[in-house]
Amino acid sequence: MTTCGELARFLMAYLDRELPEEQRASFEQHLKACPPCVIYLKTYEATIRLCKKSCAEDARLPGAVPEALVQAILKARRATK
Amino acid sequence: MNPLPSSPAEDQSLIAALKAGEEHAYEQLVRRFGGWLLGVARRLVHGEQEAQDALQDAFLSAFKAIDRFQGDASLATWLHRITVNAALMRLRHRRRRPETLFEDLSSGDGARQDPNYPPVNWSESAEVAAERAETREFVRAMIDELPDTYRTVLVLRDIEEYDTAETAKELGITPNAVKIRLHRARQALRDRIDRRLRAFDPEARP
Repeated sequence: MTTCGELARFLMAYLDRELPEEQRASFEQHLKACPPCVIYLKTYEATIRLCKKSCAEDARLPGAVPEALVQAILKARRATK
Repeated sequence: MNPLPSSPAEDQSLIAALKAGEEHAYEQLVRRFGGWLLGVARRLVHGEQEAQDALQDAFLSAFKAIDRFQGDASLATWLHRITVNAALMRLRHRRRRPETLFEDLSSGDGARQDPNYPPVNWSESAEVAAERAETREFVRAMIDELPDTYRTVLVLRDIEEYDTAETAKELGITPNAVKIRLHRARQALRDRIDRRLRAFDPEARP
């Protein structure tokens, strides 16, 4: 039977469907009997979504490349060609 | 990888102009992809100057390599890879910064070591929290604080959406090391977000 500690350790392998069948069954059995581990799994998945969202709309991204940088890149190209 | 609007026809004419050495094409390439690629560099290196330097390195490499561009991947994908390479190169060569101690990265038992165990289910309130700029800022700050060895894996896998094999190749580590670091980085972030959402969201309190 999977323990809470093992569940935390093998969570990613479980989500990526990389656990052997027997271990997967034991993992799911544990989840049925352990509400805190279900919550841990849900918040782990929510963390991944939150990371994507937080970086997708990046406040540090003004959208365009700064003009001075465009000019610096073009100047460096002319110097190295 | 964040999709960048770009049509294959536009790409083709730009590539042809670059291969022909037309001056305006270089500028067009930088203006069209620069802002997006700067975002990629910013997620990998530390500090705005370093990100801009990485972007410059990337474009200079791309200009040199354009003759060898075969078109197997889109222009955006090709430039994205070159930028990731340039940023990782900068990261490797700069002096290591002192890293915040993430004691919980050393084991995979995040849940059991969390003094707040059993956890509170904030998975749905996180969707609401993500709408707030300060939450997104907090999450970005937490990612920035991860040690580079973990942060680079998390950024490449979860944000730039490389697969395990690509990430391993890019970082020169084994696929298994990618998996271990990614899992621990996610767990460490989960624990920090957990504490944050408990503190700020009364509904998330037990």
